[in-house]
Amino acid sequence: MGAGHGHVLYRESDSPVHRLPPEVKIVAMVVFTLAVVATPREAFWAFGAYAVLVAAVAALARVGPRWLLSRALIELPFVLFAVALPFLGSGDRVEVLGLRLSEDGLHGAWNILAKGTLGVLASLLLAATTTTRDLIVGLDRLHCPQVLTQIATFMLRYLDVLVGEARRMRVARISRGDDPRFLWQLRGFAAGIGALFLRAFERGERVYLAMLSRGYTGRMPAVWQGEGAASAGQWLVAATVPVLAASIAATAVVLS
Amino acid sequence: MHISNGIIDGPVAAIFAALALAALTACVLRGRRDLDDRLAPMAGLVAAFIFAVQMLNFPIFTAGVSGHLLGGALAAMLVGPWVGALCVAVVLVVQALIFGDGGVAMLGLNITNMALLGTAAAYALIALLLRVLPRTRAGLAVTAFVAATLSVVVASQGFVLEYWLGGTTDLGNNLGGLAGTMAGVHLLIGIGEGLITATTVLTVAKVRPDLVYALRSLRAPAAPAVPVAGGVR
Repeated sequence: MGAGHGHVLYRESDSPVHRLPPEVKIVAMVVFTLAVVATPREAFWAFGAYAVLVAAVAALARVGPRWLLSRALIELPFVLFAVALPFLGSGDRVEVLGLRLSEDGLHGAWNILAKGTLGVLASLLLAATTTTRDLIVGLDRLHCPQVLTQIATFMLRYLDVLVGEARRMRVARISRGDDPRFLWQLRGFAAGIGALFLRAFERGERVYLAMLSRGYTGRMPAVWQGEGAASAGQWLVAATVPVLAASIAATAVVLS
Repeated sequence: MHISNGIIDGPVAAIFAALALAALTACVLRGRRDLDDRLAPMAGLVAAFIFAVQMLNFPIFTAGVSGHLLGGALAAMLVGPWVGALCVAVVLVVQALIFGDGGVAMLGLNITNMALLGTAAAYALIALLLRVLPRTRAGLAVTAFVAATLSVVVASQGFVLEYWLGGTTDLGNNLGGLAGTMAGVHLLIGIGEGLITATTVLTVAKVRPDLVYALRSLRAPAAPAVPVAGGVR
């Protein structure tokens, strides 16, 4: 993590997608996901078309399929819920490989798997091409209330403070002869959490007071906001993906 | 506990999105008044803490549900119900946008369960227990523990309610089973959450009692106002 600019998922690059203003990417991603969710689950071809769209954007953003698929494993817990559905669902039963499965449940599992995966891939693409700083700027330009962007700004900055404090405290414990292995660690871990919170807060408070004394008013300086707000052309370019997705969804609804 | 895209159908998700939006607007209006020089960095830290803690996911293989700590009680205790709900909501929005944790289209449902239901239940319990229990460290610990444990269970039942209203797969009679599994699993998670919340709140209350929002109203008459903004400690 480099000084609060990137985050674990950010991929440094200069692709056309990286250069798009953040607010445009956020809106495109949200509209794309809504279109995917609105698609009837029996329209298998539509989900194939969405996958092609995601692959095209990923290629344009120079994000490799291996990176994308390995990060998509975050949705594993939901996939497990999907696996259980064919056994729990009610209604007509069908024979699959000698198992009597609920047809409705199978459809439901497919529904969760397809829509969940496409949603995760879309947000991973946003994460890979947008720094956290840009994400906040984008939300601010989309007129997200200032209280929220303020909390989000501090949250993303203090995440590093928290991780740093935790690392220092761990090193301090080990160097004093503690043996932090899982079960032995538990008591020290519990006692350490409160101390960690307090230490991180006092560090964060000093940062905040320093910001206040340098003229912080709750909004990040104008340098962040002014330049690079999306032009009409950029909105049009970025609109291609969500508009395509929305027309696929509309076609699928009409056909079903 | 994050609901991913496709688990609940569109109309129900839309209704809960509208509900969450209205409730969050109220929180923004009330929270703005609360957010002073002490609460602003605290809100950020509470959000960061919740963010980190929510990354620990426990998949429960037999039932196919996943659970994790929620942090609503900690937020309600340290920054109050309004800003607390906003903190959890911010965590959920950032997770949905860039980590793909919980679907963007299901954000309304997730915010209703974890940010609104969880925090509201926790704060109601805190307000009640702090009045009933003795004002000692043990009383505070019990308050934090009970509020955290029960708020997690309440939030998990929010999912069951939403699934009953608009689950994409009809579970028939298994819905009761879903409710039981969610409640049982989240009771266990809630105990873990209760322990973490209680230790954190106790430490903060011991060293910097001025930082605990829930104790403000109780101690207000005793302590004279101390200027804090920009002060040097």
